[in-house]
Amino acid sequence: MAEKIDQAQVRKVARLSRLDLTEAEVEEFTGQLSAILDYVEKMNELDTANVEPLAHCLPVSNVFRADSVKESLGTEKTLANAPQRDGEFFKVPKILDGSSGA
Amino acid sequence: MANELLNKDCKELRDEIAAGRIKSVAATEAVFETIEKYDPVLGAYISTFEEQALAKAQEVDDKIAAGEAVGGLAGVPIAVKDNMCTTFGATTCASKILENFHAPYNATAVEKLLSADAVIVGKTNMDEFAMGSSTENSGLKQTVNPWNTSCVPGGSSGGSAAAVAGRLCFAALGSDTGGSIRQPASFCGVVGLKPTYGRVSRFGLVAYGSSLDQIGPITRTVADSALMMNIIAGHDPADSTSVDEAAAPVCDYLEKLDEPIEKLKIAIVPEFVAGADEQVQKALTESIDVYKGLGAEVIEIDMPHLDYAIAAYYVIATAEASSNLARYDGVHYGHRTANPKDYVEVYSKSRAEAFGKEVKRRIMLGTYALSSGYYDAYYLKALKVRNLIRGDFASAFEKCDCVMMPVSPTVAFKIGEKIDDPLKMYLSDIYTIAANLAGVPSISIPCGFDENGLPIGLQILTPAFAEEKLLRIARMFEKETDWHSRKPLATNFHE
Amino acid sequence: MAELEYKVVVGLEIHVQLCTKSKMFCNCAVEFGQRPNSRVCPVCLGMPGVLPVMNKQALEYAVLVALALNCEIAGFTKWDRKSYYYPDLPKNYQISQYDLPFSANGFIEIPLEEGRTKRIRIIRAHLEEDAGKNLHTAGNFSQVDLNRAGTPLLEIVTEPDMNSTAEVRALAVELQRMVRFLGVSEADMQKGHMRFEPNINLVITKDGAEYKTPIVEIKNLNSFRALERSVDYEVQRQLDEFLETGETMETGNKSTRGWDDTNEVTVLQREKEEAPDYRYFPEPDLVPVELTEQWVEDIRARLCELPIKRQMRYVSEYKLSDYDAGVLTAERSTAEFFDEAVKAGGVAKRVCNLLTQVGLKLANEAGCSLAEVGLVAENVAELAKMIDAGTVSATAGNTIMQEMAKSGKAAQIIAEELSLIQKSDAGELETIVDEVLAENPKAVDDVKSGGKKSKKARGFLLGQVMQKTKGRANPKVVSQILGKKLN
Repeated sequence: MAEKIDQAQVRKVARLSRLDLTEAEVEEFTGQLSAILDYVEKMNELDTANVEPLAHCLPVSNVFRADSVKESLGTEKTLANAPQRDGEFFKVPKILDGSSGA
Repeated sequence: MANELLNKDCKELRDEIAAGRIKSVAATEAVFETIEKYDPVLGAYISTFEEQALAKAQEVDDKIAAGEAVGGLAGVPIAVKDNMCTTFGATTCASKILENFHAPYNATAVEKLLSADAVIVGKTNMDEFAMGSSTENSGLKQTVNPWNTSCVPGGSSGGSAAAVAGRLCFAALGSDTGGSIRQPASFCGVVGLKPTYGRVSRFGLVAYGSSLDQIGPITRTVADSALMMNIIAGHDPADSTSVDEAAAPVCDYLEKLDEPIEKLKIAIVPEFVAGADEQVQKALTESIDVYKGLGAEVIEIDMPHLDYAIAAYYVIATAEASSNLARYDGVHYGHRTANPKDYVEVYSKSRAEAFGKEVKRRIMLGTYALSSGYYDAYYLKALKVRNLIRGDFASAFEKCDCVMMPVSPTVAFKIGEKIDDPLKMYLSDIYTIAANLAGVPSISIPCGFDENGLPIGLQILTPAFAEEKLLRIARMFEKETDWHSRKPLATNFHE
Repeated sequence: MAELEYKVVVGLEIHVQLCTKSKMFCNCAVEFGQRPNSRVCPVCLGMPGVLPVMNKQALEYAVLVALALNCEIAGFTKWDRKSYYYPDLPKNYQISQYDLPFSANGFIEIPLEEGRTKRIRIIRAHLEEDAGKNLHTAGNFSQVDLNRAGTPLLEIVTEPDMNSTAEVRALAVELQRMVRFLGVSEADMQKGHMRFEPNINLVITKDGAEYKTPIVEIKNLNSFRALERSVDYEVQRQLDEFLETGETMETGNKSTRGWDDTNEVTVLQREKEEAPDYRYFPEPDLVPVELTEQWVEDIRARLCELPIKRQMRYVSEYKLSDYDAGVLTAERSTAEFFDEAVKAGGVAKRVCNLLTQVGLKLANEAGCSLAEVGLVAENVAELAKMIDAGTVSATAGNTIMQEMAKSGKAAQIIAEELSLIQKSDAGELETIVDEVLAENPKAVDDVKSGGKKSKKARGFLLGQVMQKTKGRANPKVVSQILGKKLN
């Protein structure tokens, strides 16, 4: 039987997940993910054509807060856990592609 | 002496402390002596706070001596799973990626414990990011089962369950996404409650599967479970999914705890249970008999979609996890790789270096399930199956007060036994997952031992927000049996 | 040479920052220009275990804009996570709206020349959170400031209904004016409150066949000028490219170009890559929103007469020039001030002149809005009436306006204090005219002799009368008397 997911797909998913996998991991995950996906497809035994997807199991809606300001953490606490900082900024290697998805 | 003290439950201890008969400092010292002696074997704690705990204990003792009012857990030493943020110590989630992360805030549940004057002893080991059923996936240390140190304590709240069973604290907080409170409670012979989704605030609980996660107590008795719920349950404006108390009032779970439920109607699902080990099935049957002896009526029902719970769960939980764990990227906090050649490597290498295998596997699975072209086949399908499972519970609860089933198909398994076969490990969650998918509360209580002396748990499920009834049903059983009062031999500190 | 015609096709994706006090999902202040990372909390920093809680005001602001854009408001809407990794996005997902936005299917009327308008269709408007900012100017690394992260952002997507740079600009200006009118955004492009991303291509007709060039999305535009220039540039670039390569639009060849403001060119950022896989899924930490009809109606009640409608009304009802009407409707408070003064009895045209010639100048100097310079609408109306009645001259009127802004006193009082009331009493003025005529026989002769010198001499005599009255004589009345006496 063909694997549910091949190594090329595993590499693509790893890229999407920002995980730099070793070759050994790619191989291991290909087999394991295939087995898991194979199992998961058991869901296809169920006819869900007329079933609504359930994202929240509680029927709750309209939860808001008032538009009020509370004190922020402050720059020092904000940066306290930063692996690298530059003055009052977080520091990262130069971003060259300059294309935020926002 | 110390042992006698350590065997008290929270409620008893609290009352003794409040009455001035026992000093919180003495209880806290006893706990730390035990930790020092046995935790090198058990590995329940990632971090402990002896100095801070003793200071808090002293503060409580002083308040009591001065006749001041104290909170509902005054002076009781409690442990917290290390996926709940605390302003003291690190919050690691048992992951190298957060090994040195210090949260500038407390989880709401932790804040409530502190307001109730609990003494927080330390933070317990777990499967990394709560992903696992054996605590073997901890990136930081191994926890063993107090009943047999070659066995796993269950997971992911394995550290909390082992600490409670081993008398390394009086009660603990765990979190449960697919059984992570109930299964380790069952493996360690203690009581574990997963409340209704939305009953306890998730604020400050490091997210794994956000639509499934719920904080709950791990205790030695049902009364302690009720006591802990009295402290931690309730609406939190910081958690939009925590339910408004007007919609579902929180009650005093201790008030009527000892009143049995009249004409209790229990449903069992024989077909579903048939896959469990023989001894587990036997313990279930005997437990049901105890209830029958108390006048309960038992009916057999069919919940046809429960068989699909694991499939749906491992899609939904991993999809949410793949997104929830995206923030651990080495940019704003947490581990960063040493010499990234560009900013993309900050992500891909930091994550590759610091996440363990199971975490990577679940991120991969979840990313795949959400990715373009697969969303409908996996994620959307799983949400629909989730709805069917909720439907199964809805129709079940029209016919009964509660559903009973095993917690796990087996007792605690050997360390290393399933670690190389993730699917096999996932399949062991078969009985616990459905409660998370449906959002209903569920409790695991000690209901027997196998021939090797390993504990077996009984799982009871009720409709959403029926924790009061759930605890009373559990208490009915506890009063009739003494499983809960047995103590593990491994740590061997009691006479 | 082959015959070639082309049509420009532009659709806009617009991000508008809403001027709520606090961020979309946490209580951090929304403030521009603060010290880096000083408006950040665990929630907008994406720390472990934190949870978002929706800002109700942001939603209501967004609905208000959607109503102004004639959109349908969804009864049920929800939040989704949009995943991509970028250092200015702390959670590496953006809370946004995917398949069930709160509004869709609207339109906006934009003003074209000579009072004409054009309807541009709106595909959808949805709410999301803004990202922080990456800065690349410090050296061989980038800096991240998260102050902006989590600011409520309204994304508006239009149909590709614009066919010229002028239309693109008109839409941008109109939308800016609209959100300012509604008081939901400061809409300052330089500060990034409002960001436009045009999607441009050309439909080229050549030798009777039609070709469509590949779509280009332009980013990094932070002024109206940049928006216009970039569209102009891109039109020419696409035309040149088409003539050179003949490449036409197909799936997967949309590209993204960034605007280089210094060199005034667009630069390729992302080329023909497969569509990014954002892995949208429902945000589990937020519950859905149900917008009841009553709630939407309550919000609709806060809608005001929109600037374009007002502008057209000023032209048709008050016969103001399109230009003046545009000036008065640039800001809501100015338009409201104008309406108030007219309602208090000032003739529209006169009020308009006072406001545009004096009021807005004062506002400009003070760096505030017209409504804030200290003028009272009733007083302006009174002044307008006085000018129209000839009680004060138009010139004196301007002086009085300035004084009114300073002291807040009524026009009549200022006019009296400064002795600016015109003498219009014919009897009194006749005596003075007689004196002047007697004192200047030469000029009288010049007038009477007619010819070249006559007009100049008449002006001289009028000037003498004004001098004698210290400028307070009503020149109209004086002219009449002079005319009577000298003919």
